[in-house]
Amino acid sequence: MIRAEDISKRYGAVQALEGVSLDLRPGEVVALVGDNGAGKSTLVKAISGVISPDSGEITIDERPVRIGNPHDAQALGISTVYQDLALCENLDVVANLFLGSERRRWSVLSHIRMERATRDLLTQLDVRIRDIRVPVAMLSGGQRQSVAIARALIGEPKLVILDEPTAALGVEQTAQVLGLIRRLRDRGLAVLLISHNLADVRAVSDRVVVLRLGRNAGEFRTADASQESIVAAITGAAA
Amino acid sequence: MSATTVHPTRKPYSPKQAVERMRRGDLGAWPVVGGLIAIAVVFGSLNEHFLSPENLTNLALQMAATGTISLGIIMVLLLGEIDLAAGSVSGLCAVIMTIMNVRHGWNPLLAIVVAVAAGAAIGLLHGLLFTRIRMPSFVVTLAGLIGWQGLLLFLLGEGGTINLPFDGFVAKLSDTWLPPWLAWTLAVALVGAYGGSLLLGRRLRLAADLPVGPAYWAVVRAGFLAVVLAAAVAVLQADRGVPLLLVIFAALVVLLDLVLRHTTFGRWMYAVGGNAEAARRAGINVTRIRVLAFVLSGSLAAFGGILAASRLSAVNQSSGGSDMLLMAIAAAVIGGTSLFGGRGRTYAALLGILVIQSITNGMLLLNVDSSVRYMVTASVLALAVAIDSLARRGSTP
Repeated sequence: MIRAEDISKRYGAVQALEGVSLDLRPGEVVALVGDNGAGKSTLVKAISGVISPDSGEITIDERPVRIGNPHDAQALGISTVYQDLALCENLDVVANLFLGSERRRWSVLSHIRMERATRDLLTQLDVRIRDIRVPVAMLSGGQRQSVAIARALIGEPKLVILDEPTAALGVEQTAQVLGLIRRLRDRGLAVLLISHNLADVRAVSDRVVVLRLGRNAGEFRTADASQESIVAAITGAAA
Repeated sequence: MSATTVHPTRKPYSPKQAVERMRRGDLGAWPVVGGLIAIAVVFGSLNEHFLSPENLTNLALQMAATGTISLGIIMVLLLGEIDLAAGSVSGLCAVIMTIMNVRHGWNPLLAIVVAVAAGAAIGLLHGLLFTRIRMPSFVVTLAGLIGWQGLLLFLLGEGGTINLPFDGFVAKLSDTWLPPWLAWTLAVALVGAYGGSLLLGRRLRLAADLPVGPAYWAVVRAGFLAVVLAAAVAVLQADRGVPLLLVIFAALVVLLDLVLRHTTFGRWMYAVGGNAEAARRAGINVTRIRVLAFVLSGSLAAFGGILAASRLSAVNQSSGGSDMLLMAIAAAVIGGTSLFGGRGRTYAALLGILVIQSITNGMLLLNVDSSVRYMVTASVLALAVAIDSLARRGSTP
């Protein structure tokens, strides 16, 4: 279990986070929602090592850990899929999945091992791509997002953070990606989903954590919560 | 899970898929090959000497130096950058080599090594200025274009020309011809290695349960290479033989292609050229890759300059002059290297320089004025860049 406790972060005069806590359990999709400026990105950056919080503690399985940079986060099994994909469009699916962590022997690429692993992973995740040897530029938006998410699994992470994974996608492609998120959960991964789209959040998450003005503003079991109560927590209307 | 996501065999493209790939900008080398055939037909019918073994041998000799510089340009173009200094660097390093060899009596091999190292050092300087101070590569190498030319003039001093001894090692480089038995052995070995690697790769893929193409396809490809190599060797043997210069250039093309496609360094070159930010986030040392590309470009420019000096048996004030740089860049682009980075192979240098030299050579045979020659070469270059731009537009949905 990955737990962020009492995280605070100040940018100059702006208190971006104030005593925020978040629990992430294996096999559970947690949606992090909130209005613009609620502190979602700051919290995610603190967990993925992009920034260091001013105070607070992150623990993994009850042991406190120090996450000073993205490398630390990756080494601890925290993998982040950024909104702007970060794929190399001129490379094929195999090359993108293993980018930066190529399987090799004396810096000679092991093409076959990588392609075998890619096909196995995509089959397990039920990602359908007709020809994985074409440049990623020739794939649809949903397929590209699926490749970006599959890529996050190469390092065998415990937690996958998805930043607005459905933001730029059409209806059918969104459904593909949501299906993929469910399969991540079924693999026993902890998934943290940041989304503006409450329909997607309700479709795929187990738990919704609401931030408002840098503080925890409510936590719901998705199955029990109504859309209205979540919206009320986001806007502060319930108070 | 279901096996439907994985195709059991990888079929060759159907005509419809081929058209789709073409529309998306995945043209490969076909426009260039088509262009070469057109050039051969046009000039061959206008002048009976154009396709003669003697002229084709001259063509091979003319290609090597500029083609080698073009290879270096490709390394930088793959990153979406440009090296305008390659011509000046080639001239400067050739002068360095000649001075060491002729004036100071150094061993020619040592002089060549030192000159190539000087090219690498210049490339390192360009790369560091580009990555550390973040000067645009266009400006860094434009300054290099002028500055290294200046250093060349300074080193040459009063005389302006230094001759290389005709029977010296350096001059002999471009006047050495492979004996027939060696040329044919080399051709057979290459076809054998290529065909063998295709079949071995196919077997390894089958062992890993990966989709493979039909076995005859490997045979067809190896056969195609065999036909091309046999034709080349036969034509060149009809004159003086296969020139060593061509073998050196072709070996560089093949070696660098293998490095680009099968090593992590090559993979990272393409990654940085495709999306530098993605490469950085993936933990790739983008700065190092960029600096290395400029070092490669400088070294290959130096070596190309040495080959040019070898052909001329001299260096002079116009060594590595402007024409050479523009030809090298044009060759890379005509051969199919994208100016936008991330796309292209080293064979572009070979094909592109073949196109440019054939046009130049053919027009010289026809006694066409150099004004027309420049305009035709420019049109071919513009056409190549237009294809590249359209391909790029087509590939971004």
